Amino acid sequence: MRKADVANIICEKVGLSKTEAMDRVEDVLNILKTGLQRGEAIKIAGFGNFIVRSKGERKGRNPRTGEEIAITPRRVVTFRPSQLFKKHVNI
Amino acid sequence: MTKAHLIEKLSEQAPTLSHRQAELVVNTLFDSIRDSLKNGEKTEIRGFGSFRLRIRQTKEGRNPKTGESVEVPEKRMPFFKAGKEIKELLNQENGIEKSS
Repeated sequence: MRKADVANIICEKVGLSKTEAMDRVEDVLNILKTGLQRGEAIKIAGFGNFIVRSKGERKGRNPRTGEEIAITPRRVVTFRPSQLFKKHVNI
Repeated sequence: MTKAHLIEKLSEQAPTLSHRQAELVVNTLFDSIRDSLKNGEKTEIRGFGSFRLRIRQTKEGRNPKTGESVEVPEKRMPFFKAGKEIKELLNQENGIEKSS
């Protein structure tokens, strides 16, 4: 499934035009992205939590050359699915 | 940010929607992702990330009370991988560079 498929489902369920549904999907994604960029955790009941974690510098290797390189500190997003979501995919 | 905050913000940003519609948009979005994984189909949202299933294989476990060996059945787990755009968005400030 792609973004357009999600928009189509919303279009049917909510009764919006396809373009409007697509625009509203983009709105939601932008709100989520802005929150994550601020370092906020996003908690969606029944779905799961998106959490921003900071990782310190660590050593890695170039898998091709075996050369040791430093991996720069960075922020990553992790997703923890809710109990309900986990249950949903195992029925 | 909770789902209620998200709905609130969507309402503000999209004044053409009623509050009820904003709620439905948000709920339908997450429900559709959940349902796709339930059907074994992955969902890829450009600019955000992709959701797919990871299969945890059967393993041998033990009943902690009796010590009896039991087989833990295969399990499916929802898995999210952040997209490139998000990764860059999170690492462009404070001079934190992305490495290739």
